[in-house]
Amino acid sequence: MSLPLECYLVVSTLLFFIGVFGFIVRKNLISILMSIELILNAASINFIAFNRFLFPDQLEGFMYSLFIIVVAAAETAVAISIIINVYRKKKNIDVKSINELKY
Amino acid sequence: MEYITASNIMFVILACSILFFGVMTVTSTKILRAATSLFFVLFGIAGLYLQMNYEFLAAVQLSVYAGGIVVLFIFAIFLVKNLGEEKEKLSKFKSIMGGLAAVSGLAISLTIILKEKVFVTADTVRADEIAASIDMKWVGDTLMGTERFQYLLPFEAASVLLLACIIGGLVVAQINKKEEEI
Repeated sequence: MSLPLECYLVVSTLLFFIGVFGFIVRKNLISILMSIELILNAASINFIAFNRFLFPDQLEGFMYSLFIIVVAAAETAVAISIIINVYRKKKNIDVKSINELKY
Repeated sequence: MEYITASNIMFVILACSILFFGVMTVTSTKILRAATSLFFVLFGIAGLYLQMNYEFLAAVQLSVYAGGIVVLFIFAIFLVKNLGEEKEKLSKFKSIMGGLAAVSGLAISLTIILKEKVFVTADTVRADEIAASIDMKWVGDTLMGTERFQYLLPFEAASVLLLACIIGGLVVAQINKKEEEI
């Protein structure tokens, strides 16, 4: 007897809110980026679980998570190049030190 | 008692390790340790995909996330000076507010998922049968076809996105010689 869909949904919800917590609490740009990865992965688990349990006839959720992985890779690469550029100018990567667009 | 099978026990182990390492990722004050925990989270999620019979997706998750993105994170941590040893202090007010936001959101979502019973119509036996019969031909047809439920256009759009991202990353990260001389 396999587990019901709700088990996967509970795991992904918990992971999502762990990511949200990290996104709010951390001050370091790389840690914030890692929290975003957690959130993306939680969404990806949801897509896969819905595909697997509710609509197994097509691979829709499968393809969505494949493209989530591709977009996450692109996003991380660009974000890390921006972080390294910020570090060159400011000598640290604290979110507090990047406030030139604020006012 | 019928729920105690090997694959369900495996699911519980995977879920516990994902959540434990997820908490480690966001609370660890040493950033290199956080990156290692993130690696284990991604590994566990690949395990969940394997458990749902999506082997191709598990392989992609491992090679792109664990092999690509985590390595990128670790290189970024090494390139940014002193970040590996430096401890980041979490402010108390911020953690209380963040915890409050996370817990309230969690409570709302879990109530909706567990109380509403919108998903009870799932036919798990049939879903298991179909998932066990997924082969690479089906995945390839879905990725490369142009009909309904086939995804050639997003595939091509992803290739353009990756090209744009390569160029954007290079342009953003390059050292501007003129600026350095001044």
